[in-house]
Amino acid sequence: MKKTLIFLFIFISCFLFSQEISFNIKDKPNDDGAALILSWDTSQIEASKIIIERKAPDSDLIIITSSQEVVGTFEDGTDIDPGIEYNYRLSALDENGKVLHIVRTTASSSSQWFNKKKISLLILALLISVSIVYYIFSAKSGKDLYIRKIGGLESMDESVGRATEMGRPILFIPGTLDLDDMQTIAGLTLLRRLAQKAAEYDAKLIVPVCRSMVLSTAKEVVKEAYMKAGRPDAFDPDSVFYLTDDQFGYVAGVDGIIVREKPAANFFLGAFYAESLILAETGFSSGAIQTAGTAMPSQLPFFVVACDYTLIGEELFAASAYLSKDPHQLGSLKGQDFGKAIFIVVLTIGIILEISGVHFLKDFLALH
Amino acid sequence: MRKTKQIDRRWLFLLIFFGVALPLIFTIGLPLETTKNVHMVYDLIDGMPKGSRALLSFDYDPASMPELHPMAKAVVKHCFDKEINIIFTAMWPMGVQMADDIIEQLKDDYPDLKYGEDYVNLGFKAGGMITIQSMGKNFREVFPKDMNGSSIDELPIMEGINNFSNIGFVFSLSAGAPGIKEWVQIAHDAYGRPTSGGCTGVSAPAMLPYINEQKQLTGLLAGLKAAAEYETLIKTPGSATKGMDAQSIAHLIIIIFIAIGNINYWRDRKALKKGGK
Amino acid sequence: MKRKIPLLITFTVGIILIISEFIPHKPFGQLSGELEIWFLIISGFAILLGQLSLFKVNILKIQYKQRDWQFYVITLISFVVMVTLGFLWGTGKSAGMLGHGEIITSTLGHKPFDYLFHNVYQHLQATMFSLLAFFIASAAYRAFIGRTVESNLLLTSAVLVMLGNTTFGSLLTGWLPESLNFLHLPKVSEFIMTFPTTAGQRAIMIGAGLGIIGSSLRIILGIERSYLGGE
Repeated sequence: MKKTLIFLFIFISCFLFSQEISFNIKDKPNDDGAALILSWDTSQIEASKIIIERKAPDSDLIIITSSQEVVGTFEDGTDIDPGIEYNYRLSALDENGKVLHIVRTTASSSSQWFNKKKISLLILALLISVSIVYYIFSAKSGKDLYIRKIGGLESMDESVGRATEMGRPILFIPGTLDLDDMQTIAGLTLLRRLAQKAAEYDAKLIVPVCRSMVLSTAKEVVKEAYMKAGRPDAFDPDSVFYLTDDQFGYVAGVDGIIVREKPAANFFLGAFYAESLILAETGFSSGAIQTAGTAMPSQLPFFVVACDYTLIGEELFAASAYLSKDPHQLGSLKGQDFGKAIFIVVLTIGIILEISGVHFLKDFLALH
Repeated sequence: MRKTKQIDRRWLFLLIFFGVALPLIFTIGLPLETTKNVHMVYDLIDGMPKGSRALLSFDYDPASMPELHPMAKAVVKHCFDKEINIIFTAMWPMGVQMADDIIEQLKDDYPDLKYGEDYVNLGFKAGGMITIQSMGKNFREVFPKDMNGSSIDELPIMEGINNFSNIGFVFSLSAGAPGIKEWVQIAHDAYGRPTSGGCTGVSAPAMLPYINEQKQLTGLLAGLKAAAEYETLIKTPGSATKGMDAQSIAHLIIIIFIAIGNINYWRDRKALKKGGK
Repeated sequence: MKRKIPLLITFTVGIILIISEFIPHKPFGQLSGELEIWFLIISGFAILLGQLSLFKVNILKIQYKQRDWQFYVITLISFVVMVTLGFLWGTGKSAGMLGHGEIITSTLGHKPFDYLFHNVYQHLQATMFSLLAFFIASAAYRAFIGRTVESNLLLTSAVLVMLGNTTFGSLLTGWLPESLNFLHLPKVSEFIMTFPTTAGQRAIMIGAGLGIIGSSLRIILGIERSYLGGE
């Protein structure tokens, strides 16, 4: 009898303990302390719904989420400040709304100084940046750096000369994105050199732009270029003008300019989307010599097909260094090539490891 | 060197015009085969339980309507047929009108659907990636009200939506950035929600790598053909199916002209060699 | 000094933003988001500059009756009309200075701004986009000539992808047995798009990414100053 009672007591205790639900809260890693990760498991009891409430010091209890998931997680990112202790209460309810079980816990978040998920990015960024900076400053030694010929850049002088001979203008389009895009800045860098050449050759330059910020910068760039060429009088402020922000409104405007003004040379250097082929084909039909450059992979085929010269991807960014022949800038190109070599090595090792079923490199390089 | 004589491109323009216009007026009904990526999208939506909530982001403008609008309509129709509740939003300003237009087109087919219970339009929010990240942290702070100014606390469909956790899947109809890539990076990679999308044909190569073992993208509707395939799968032929006839004829005309161009080139080259001898 | 201050600002902000990419702790974690908002605010003001430029250039052309000056009149009229309609009666659910314009909305079916947007602007946009169909045809006809090995590869893959993306692709190879299913044109097209095309695009993106790093470092370090208008 005694043994039976003890056995029954142990059995009931186990049954009761096994009905416990787990409710854990931990700080969200690699953030600024504005979130906590809540996880629960109510599979031991037959709960239909869970409600989680939170209470901060000096405030009331508020419901932050409810869920019908028996096992789940939730990221609480509402009004969480680091270092403050929050009280959480999880209530497990049955289908009639009756509370089956309540669990209480406290937690506080903390802010991290380093995002560990980005360690691979940091290592690669440091490797590439250090190599670029190293080659920039080691170029002081005066060593000649070999840069392969880029047809599109070599032909710029020829294009300007052609325009001057024919007495027709040069059209320059710095892309359709704003000044926060590197392609636009790369385009404006080339605009400076082109404007200087146009000033020296006394060729007319037309620069319709798509963004107001680009308008201000382009005007300044062209003006400075004319001054550097010693032709400030030849600068026409209205040669750089704004059309519209709208993509197809802009391309309609530029097409009209091409058809009316019939420029002898067209330069499309910057970021483009679907309008690339419309611009290039209209320019082709007007008989202009065309040079295009963009880092948008989806638009490059259209430019390659319709233009005489195309700067593909990094060639657009290398243009400034290529044309200036400045050793420091050329050094940075060498650093980029070193970065490419790193990529090729990592890619090759990665392919071999993946084929062998070893995934640590892929997991290490993933940013999540 | 003698230049190859090329056909005046205006003849080509004229043929393309008729090649595209006539099939749109007189439907041919060419058969269509469905592909794997489209099936993945279909299976994702078809496998969702009744009452799930889907987030549909309209990230395109009227310029991309011919390709993306038909697939948007097909996907929304499929969701409504499966009784999946839809939260419409847009990361492009004109995406709101695109969403409104789809709802307007389908309203008569689903008269029992109630705004606020079965679907809601939260409108456009600027900020792209930053907005999507903020939605993952605190959805209600990003969209405190819907497009009509009603508080989302009053809308039954938004109950329990504080981030992406209670969203069944995310679907982005994207013509550029912000679009599918941003949704994949946040909704799937950061929050683990199934993510799928539709894009223009020309952007497809950039999106295809996301269909991988990690299922960053669960299928992809790329271009008008995929939209037509989806209409076939949901057994509701629409404008995409009609458009496919036009696209097929136009492609055929281009291929014929490429062949003519090559034949002319090789014939002239042969003649030049003979003349040179 | 005129050059030194912008260079110093560029250097400081550039370095801080690069570092903040790795530091979630406040205020670093919010910096890039804040600066994007600052950019949006500044570009909002800059829009005014653009509109003034548009007006000035068009008015000068009208004033001096340059060739086709009538088209510039249409530009200005369109601009003024849209701005005025939006200002007076608003757009969508937003009211204008004169409210929602119930009478005019009930007559047109939409607010005036929305009416012009849906019935004029959207169709103009679609028209411009549809030019691509014609231009792709003429560009393909001109460019896809098999002169060299590379151009032959280009020509072959273009034809395969085009056929694969149409119903003719399925018709031409639909009869193939299961064992030769890999030669089915839609599958070949998908293969070309998924593997060689994607690989090529990724390579270009990697190169472009490195180019952006190089350019950005040159700008941050003050070696590249062309954007300032100087050497």
